[in-house]
Amino acid sequence: MTRKIPVVPCSGIGKSLGAAAREAAYALTEDLRPERTKVVALALLVLGDEEAKREVSGGEAVAIDGCKLECAAKGLASGGASKVHKVAIFDVVRRHRGLKPEGVCDLNEDGLKLARAAAEEAAKIVDDTDTEGGHA
Amino acid sequence: MPDLPRKKVGLISCSGEELPEGTVTRRAVRRVLETLRPDDTVTLCLPLFLAGGEGERAFARYYPTIAVDGCDKRCAAKATEKYSAKPAASIVVTDVSKVSGCKAIGTARRLNAEGLRLSDEVAGTIVKETDRLLKKKSKGNFRGVAGDER
Repeated sequence: MTRKIPVVPCSGIGKSLGAAAREAAYALTEDLRPERTKVVALALLVLGDEEAKREVSGGEAVAIDGCKLECAAKGLASGGASKVHKVAIFDVVRRHRGLKPEGVCDLNEDGLKLARAAAEEAAKIVDDTDTEGGHA
Repeated sequence: MPDLPRKKVGLISCSGEELPEGTVTRRAVRRVLETLRPDDTVTLCLPLFLAGGEGERAFARYYPTIAVDGCDKRCAAKATEKYSAKPAASIVVTDVSKVSGCKAIGTARRLNAEGLRLSDEVAGTIVKETDRLLKKKSKGNFRGVAGDER
């Protein structure tokens, strides 16, 4: 059975870039690559939830982080992912300089565009990732 | 008189990305912070807490906190207790949901009207706990109309 690639977004609640990371994870797992990816909650993973660790352990995973502290990437590494592919929203926004994301609960139009751009970058990573047999 | 820092309550939401209840925690906490009790509350970032953010952990050691969790796994409450101190109050969305009779609340990505109503209920519960911790009298109408943030 093909393993779904775990996608862990930033759980940040204070900034628009964290919200964009979260929205990007949903865009990837619901719109772009629903057959190959699934969201895993960062808090569950870091607190050692058995099910979350099973999803992550030993395989490749995608972290979508809102800031340079890279909490999602660190969480995946500590959860035992064999390789963590990083999508950094703060880098994506530099590649789309016109975008001015705002809002946390409800992203503005630019925030949604930024999330979509990040999701598309993540989708390319997913396409290059081999998940046959459960491990890359 | 020395200029002492004002006492505030730290709000920590689980923000669980897998469940709509996680989205309810985020929305409820933001509503309290931005609209209902902006002078009395701050939010603490759970992932920073978990990743070793000293500022977040130190705050929670010395100030009262309210953990707002989506489900009974209580990640926010457990993390707060593990890394700082036991939260002064703990709210679980599924408990509030049972009391308020909310049904399907939408998805983690998009809450429906019922989900927005539930997030207002949870925000109201946070306000009550905040006022209790700061020994304030709640000023009546803190329950907004679902969706009025949009």
